[in-house]
Amino acid sequence: MPSLSLLAFLAVWQGLAVYLNSNTLPTPETVAKVFWQGCVTGQLPYHLGVTLLRLVMSFAIAMLLGCAIGIVLGRNKKLDAFFDNWLVIFLNIPALVTIILCYVWFGLVESAAILAVVINKLPNVIVTIREGTRALDQDLLDMARCFHFSKRKTLVHVIWPQLHPFVMGATRSGLALIWKIILVVELLGRSNGMGYQLHLFFQMFDVAGILAYTVAFVTVIQLIELVILKPLDKKSQRWRR
Amino acid sequence: MTDIQININSKTYPAIEQAEHHLAITDLKLSLKSGEFICLVGPSGCGKTTLLNIIAGLDNDYDGEILVGQQHTHPKIGYIFQNPRLLPWRTVRENIELVLGSRQSAAIIDPLLEVMQLTQSQNVYPERLSLGMSRRVSIIRAFAVDPDVLLMDEPFVSLDAPTARQVRVLLLKLWQERPHTVLFVTHDLREAIALADRLIFLSAAPMTVVSEIIVPLPRAERHNENAIEAFRQQLLNDYPDIKRLL
Repeated sequence: MPSLSLLAFLAVWQGLAVYLNSNTLPTPETVAKVFWQGCVTGQLPYHLGVTLLRLVMSFAIAMLLGCAIGIVLGRNKKLDAFFDNWLVIFLNIPALVTIILCYVWFGLVESAAILAVVINKLPNVIVTIREGTRALDQDLLDMARCFHFSKRKTLVHVIWPQLHPFVMGATRSGLALIWKIILVVELLGRSNGMGYQLHLFFQMFDVAGILAYTVAFVTVIQLIELVILKPLDKKSQRWRR
Repeated sequence: MTDIQININSKTYPAIEQAEHHLAITDLKLSLKSGEFICLVGPSGCGKTTLLNIIAGLDNDYDGEILVGQQHTHPKIGYIFQNPRLLPWRTVRENIELVLGSRQSAAIIDPLLEVMQLTQSQNVYPERLSLGMSRRVSIIRAFAVDPDVLLMDEPFVSLDAPTARQVRVLLLKLWQERPHTVLFVTHDLREAIALADRLIFLSAAPMTVVSEIIVPLPRAERHNENAIEAFRQQLLNDYPDIKRLL
């Protein structure tokens, strides 16, 4: 069924492109050629790789920090009350503002780019994990206490499995968000990566290029879902009836 | 093993919003002899779970003391909760291994699984177990840590009668093999008589000890429903006070 819907999509695209016969909507074939050329010259894998690296780094930092802070805020009412307003503020600051400020304050450097992405993603992770931590089963925590589980054991065996659905939620929504922000970050202040390339294509009105990169990008996302996230879901849910 | 002395002068719940300040326990003294099986009998809502949580160290907001031997310390606890409280994402065996730490655990776990007839199910996740089986796992988990005192909070409630009887027989078998001090909470007098060396009757809140009665029935006769019923009748005649506590 998924492959059928993909075929239908390609057919509609082909039909529309032939009918319009315009530079602004190239046929799937043209896009495929541009894609192939990009691969042969190494341009496309290079820029995609650079963007992926930024994605992995900012994602890892945001998730690690976000989980840690989220758990702490979920377990500590006073700290939560102290930071709650700030969290809402950071949740709602437009991405563009943090990106520009990071570049202005720290220069057009790699670490500023990563920082901008992290700042945009972090509040999201914190809020999701905090909700998960508030919903922890007190009965199981009491059980862990009276059987003298160590802190580490409680975290790994009692808390983490309950947070897992929330972590997966934060991961999926987080990847989607980071992809979008990272391209803007690259467009504004980096001289490589997908965002930078898209900017070039835009200036040359090269729609085939833009679409070719989009295809590459969509493929990577599908791969991440299929190869990493789905198996992770399956493994961690095997105890359910 | 050592004797345990529990003296609680008072336990109160502070007023929160609509709920008024509530005195849950007052002037309650229990002495547990090593290896003794004690049943706490009292009306529901009288604060029995509160008492168990204090002994388990889950609730430290009370006025009183707990002595293990001569020392002010919390006894090592094996807690069998009303709900089994197994970690659903760990198998039966993993659930038991977790309370044992890194010690060599197979030597402890295997015989326990054997007695409780769970060897076949040791690699199953708890959601696939019946309630009776889950209860048996939680009994194993509590015995596995070799505690100073086993706390049991109505562990057979909401089991059908045959299953409850089966689990009770298995529990007694295990307890006779490896004697431990037991504090068993119930509001079922027949169950209490079938299990206990000593019955302790507790009043409604604020909870305190009303009377303590030794059960003289020999262990061999505890399977006999008639003997238990006869003792129950005699008890109710001799101590008319306890009727209203049931």
